[in-house]
Amino acid sequence: MPTSVSEAVSMLDTSRGKALPIAGGTDLLAYWPERLDARDKTYLDLSGVDELCGHTWTDDELIMRARTTFWEIVCDQRATAEMRLLVEAARTVGAIQIQTRGTWGGNIVNASPAADGVLALMALDATLELTGVEGTEEVQLDEFYLGYKQMKRREDQLLTRIRIPRRAYTFQSFTKIGTRKAQAITKVGLAIAKSDSGWRIAANSMAPTVKRCPDLERMLEDETPIRNPTDFLPAIRADVSPIDDIRSTAAYREHVMARVLFHELAPLCPWVGAKSKSE
Amino acid sequence: MCADQPPLRTEGLSKLTGAERFVDDLAIEGCLWGMTARSPLPRGKIREIRYGNGVDWSEFVVVDHNDIPGPNQIRLLELDQPVLASDQIRHIHEAVVLVAHPSREMCRRAVDQIEIIIDPEPGIFDFRVTPREDQIQHGTDNVLSDLGICKGDVEAALASADHVIEGVYETGAQEHVYIENQGMAAWVDGDVIVVQGSMQCPYYVLNSLTHALDRDESKIRVVQAPTGGGFGGKEDYPSNLAIHAALLAMKAKQPVKIIYDRSEDMAATTKRHPARVRHRTGVTSDGRLVAQDIEMVIDAGAYITLSPVVLSRGIIHAGGPYACDNVRISGRAMLTNSVPYGAFRGFGAPQSLFALERHLDVIARQLGIDPVEIRRRNLVRDGQSTATGQVINDGTDRIELLELAVAQSGYTQKQAAHTEFNASSQFMRRGIGLATFFHGGGFTGSGEDYLKSKLHVLGKPDGSIEILAASTEMGQGAQTIFISLASNRLGLEHSDVVVATPDTFRVPNSGPTVASRTAMVVGRLIERACDDLRKQCGLKDDARGESVRHAIRQWHVTHPGETLLGRAQYERPPHVQWDEKTYKGDAYGTFAWGTYVAEVEIDLRTYQCRVLDFHAVQEVGTVLNETLATGQIQGGVVQGIGWALLEECVMEQGAFKNCQLTNYIIPTAQDVPTIHVTFLENPYEHGGGGSKGIGELPMDGPAPAILNAIADALGIEPNRIPLTPERLMEHVLDDHAC
Ligand SMILES: Cc1cc2nc3c(=O)[nH]c(=O)nc-3n(C[C@H](O)[C@H](O)[C@H](O)COP(=O)(O)OP(=O)(O)OC[C@H]3O[C@@H](n4cnc5c(N)ncnc54)[C@H](O)[C@@H]3O)c2cc1C
Repeated sequence: MPTSVSEAVSMLDTSRGKALPIAGGTDLLAYWPERLDARDKTYLDLSGVDELCGHTWTDDELIMRARTTFWEIVCDQRATAEMRLLVEAARTVGAIQIQTRGTWGGNIVNASPAADGVLALMALDATLELTGVEGTEEVQLDEFYLGYKQMKRREDQLLTRIRIPRRAYTFQSFTKIGTRKAQAITKVGLAIAKSDSGWRIAANSMAPTVKRCPDLERMLEDETPIRNPTDFLPAIRADVSPIDDIRSTAAYREHVMARVLFHELAPLCPWVGAKSKSE
Repeated sequence: MCADQPPLRTEGLSKLTGAERFVDDLAIEGCLWGMTARSPLPRGKIREIRYGNGVDWSEFVVVDHNDIPGPNQIRLLELDQPVLASDQIRHIHEAVVLVAHPSREMCRRAVDQIEIIIDPEPGIFDFRVTPREDQIQHGTDNVLSDLGICKGDVEAALASADHVIEGVYETGAQEHVYIENQGMAAWVDGDVIVVQGSMQCPYYVLNSLTHALDRDESKIRVVQAPTGGGFGGKEDYPSNLAIHAALLAMKAKQPVKIIYDRSEDMAATTKRHPARVRHRTGVTSDGRLVAQDIEMVIDAGAYITLSPVVLSRGIIHAGGPYACDNVRISGRAMLTNSVPYGAFRGFGAPQSLFALERHLDVIARQLGIDPVEIRRRNLVRDGQSTATGQVINDGTDRIELLELAVAQSGYTQKQAAHTEFNASSQFMRRGIGLATFFHGGGFTGSGEDYLKSKLHVLGKPDGSIEILAASTEMGQGAQTIFISLASNRLGLEHSDVVVATPDTFRVPNSGPTVASRTAMVVGRLIERACDDLRKQCGLKDDARGESVRHAIRQWHVTHPGETLLGRAQYERPPHVQWDEKTYKGDAYGTFAWGTYVAEVEIDLRTYQCRVLDFHAVQEVGTVLNETLATGQIQGGVVQGIGWALLEECVMEQGAFKNCQLTNYIIPTAQDVPTIHVTFLENPYEHGGGGSKGIGELPMDGPAPAILNAIADALGIEPNRIPLTPERLMEHVLDDHAC
């Protein structure tokens, strides 16, 4: 069992893609009893790698090491004060058992289109640090995913750190719509943030990956008048590509996303809402 | 503890502490694991079974239909379902081959290596459409059961009615989600085959084993293991599993245990029957029902299983607790190539009552009458009769029950408050709705006569007693109720009474643990067997307490080595008359009555519906144990909330696609409101301790009450459950409030 990042990385390298890092195991082991493919894999246990634990605040960044749990962030008052999105996202993950065991790093590399942690991180412009035998690379989270479960990570690389810029946010909102109140997989998820760096909108369960929504962001930057939720639909359709699946329908997803956007933004943005009719 | 206090839940502590040993926990020496290879296609002929070379087959015991000693049939109502498919496949996940191995993982690998090659035939998956010629697999029309009820002259009454109002209502399948998956162990003990596992009905299991194994009852022993929930899901399916386990154990000459994984259990075992119910109702302008023309069609799935009796209960309840002189109800159970549907709490009644109670609100709205008022006008009064002509004369005031629910829930005040709330809220809408309903306790019609349930009370040399019954504890509290009834009858301490483990070598057949019959029917047998025990000891009917204990001890002194048994067998209450051919008469010995009120809030941004408040008022005869009874009601309401709003079985080619608990969504504690439970008690003289059936009743009311509340909130008429946000959106997409 590795005790350092360099050891873990060299083990990953020599396994030539066979070994899979395991952090909290809440994704990897969910179907352990039933699925033969889960049993047939080789796992690289990260639980001895202390370097991957904990989070720190610098003057301009929050740095989460990959094994930081959701619960750790829920308990950090500073996170609540500055980056409410993270805390709200963490609180919606599964229920408390999963929040105390599941990690931010696992949430990112599991690459589920429904990942709630990724959603918040993306709206906050997180940067990832990936470490391999040849050193450390940085990737912007919103450029990390290439397609369904596809990402810019080589098999010898560990996700080591997640860096989130500290900004003065004037607005942050996190919405998770699931079929029930806890232990629910997101059907429609939306994170909105506004700071000096502009608007950020990210959506999950709306495309093959969690995704930034550049057209919607542009509409807000331009203060395009929005009279009712359906005015958002063209931009939503440009930004994301929801589907019908066992959890919901494409139609529901895009309509609800439009409505949530509308009602979240209306109190804040004078150009959103019926009051903009006169324009 | 004394007899007047309800006993603590007998098995409560062991369940709470995890000490209880479910079948999966039983350590059985030399036990192999068993697993099932299943059909990948819904219909066709098996051409070939290939055993891949990814495992060493010499390590495995493999069983197919050739290993069945008796007929390849699961004996239930009919014999149409094979134990293991031999040639014809009727549904996806149909069991074809069984394997056993010391390692469960190796079993999984072996099943993975079995390829069942099928020449496909056209399946039918929609029970609502007429089958094509090439889809017919039963008779000339795929109708597995066809039943009817007729009272008065419906056509004439419809022709002369002030209004005729029609509606079509649909309910979806529902998964039981018992906490403990299905599981069974079997082994050979001398010339006896022993089967032990999770089940509701040991004698059903025995009955199917004797047939398929071609052995008599003295060579097969069925023992119930502590059972973690059933809800009907362990009424018929354990028979299949028991035969499978026994076949493997016989061939292996070693014990074998089969424990289903959650996804296998959800995919391969039964679910609630989907249904479609049509109503054509004649009413007077002031809302009196003059004619009910009702058609109920249910999806039976690929084999008959219990569908005819589910249909029977469904149609008998379809007319509801209302007095209407002209009623025609027809019912059909249709074969489809879906995994067979089976027993589920309520057994057809929740489906037909959903339709009726929703329809009544549609009528009320069309006539401009309040939903409470239309029910007040039509509820059956003593002396009036139900659809089967059963004259109700039990002294329960059903109007009072309705009024109590209305008052307690603040129905009228809330209606006013909601009007105000809805006018001022941008995207939240509130509404309130109710349902009045009934549920017949015990088997339908002559069912209890056929069962002729037997029960014994054993007097032991130390003066204590043991109840010998096949009725099972599965979390509902049957054991605790039994102890109460016996100790009350004989004036004994609770600690003087034990309940035997249901074991067909020890206990007589007190019937299946289903149909809300255990406290009422079997409980009554306990009382009568206690009376008989007293008689056997030469005591008078009023002997109690120490005199009983003393007499039992004395009996043993004078009859050394002999067995002292008080016996009872079911006797039909004299007032019950039922004609099975015409479906006329007393369908049940008695009914429990309910009025449920739901208050909901809908978020028009997301179309999500939350139940804000729930009032369940019911008359259930004597409440034997308030804690347990309240638990039954609350649990049933939660199950009803799930069925109404969340629980969607996504079906593909007759198989359950979202068969994981991640994607089949049942409510959590956070998704349900406070459920206020109120009992009215009107003792039923033929029920144990005066009780009526209670287990299924709470499944009937929630779905229509909730949908009626949604209809009230939004001014729409939704007619299909589950009413998921996605479906609700179709009703209100154009709502310009948002
Ligand atoms: C009951 C339940 C409910 C859940 N609910 C939610 C929910 O509401 N929202 C949600 O978003 N998720 C949910 N999840 C999924 C899961 O809990 C999260 O995705 C969690 O963040 C995964 O973290 P982990 O540490 O457990 O990951 P693991 O299971 O250990 O790993 C997940 C993936 O990440 C890789 N990995 C982990 N750490 C690293 C690393 N440092 N470098 C490289 N690769 C790495 C693994 O190889 C694996 O591919 C739920 C899971 C369960 C079982």
